[in-house]
Amino acid sequence: MRARVLIRPKAGILDPQGQAVERALPALGFSGVANVHVGRLVELDVDDASQLPGMCERLLANPLIEDYEIIEGVAAHS
Amino acid sequence: MKFGVIRFPGTCDDVDAQLAAGRVGDAELLWHRDRDLRGVDAVIVPGGFSYGDYLRAGAIARFAPVMSQVIEFAHAGGLVFGICNGFQILCEAGLLPGALLVNDHLKFVFRQVNLDVVDADTAFTRSCPPRLSIPVKHTTGRYYSPTPVQVVLRYSAGENPNGSQDDIAGVINAEGNVFGMMPHPEHAVDPLTGSSDGLRMFESIRASVEARVGAGA
Repeated sequence: MRARVLIRPKAGILDPQGQAVERALPALGFSGVANVHVGRLVELDVDDASQLPGMCERLLANPLIEDYEIIEGVAAHS
Repeated sequence: MKFGVIRFPGTCDDVDAQLAAGRVGDAELLWHRDRDLRGVDAVIVPGGFSYGDYLRAGAIARFAPVMSQVIEFAHAGGLVFGICNGFQILCEAGLLPGALLVNDHLKFVFRQVNLDVVDADTAFTRSCPPRLSIPVKHTTGRYYSPTPVQVVLRYSAGENPNGSQDDIAGVINAEGNVFGMMPHPEHAVDPLTGSSDGLRMFESIRASVEARVGAGA
């Protein structure tokens, strides 16, 4: 099964990448942008989806500083 | 005494660490695939970009074969010293609390900084003066911990190079045998390069190992 894991900086922890992107967009003429956060995307094929939380806790994310969201059954990567 | 310096693919400060440790004792390199620490008295996890810093700095190195030996060594009370990427690895391995985040200004920082030794009663700082001049060079050095930690080194007032919480530059575990810091003492062991303050940390480790041997531990 194809799965997707979204990894985001935890709320409350300074996200300088998100801030830099938020400042860059108005400079290009895009207005009304707020609360930008930059995270990471991991896509993977897994036989046993029940292992995904363990993979996230132990390797894919650092739960101290990041939240993760598992999305199961996404379309296959071309 | 004998220091062991770990070399992962992508480590780049291993030779400097070996030369620095070699000024106060014997020092040999240990390969990331090793499953034996060869009887060393203290382990140094040096700086660099282990496994290309893929995923997160230190995240992959933590699972290297040699790290299971380092973790066992630490749990048995052995002295483990992480510098820069080594600090990141020890945090990822759970041997030290907290994590290192990208610098608040997002840039690589490379400069000499002053450090306040806020705890000189540790195995790694017992020979240190109250203030050290040591270089930093990193992009991912902003220390963060949601829980209180035992701070050993702080950036001196106004010198925090990365936005670290409470100016933290180095922390030690509750047992006092695992220590990590972002600045590079191995690059400050000769007046020729501006400072030899870093040598005090290696001397501290030697003194601690000798005191343990002397006490029959």
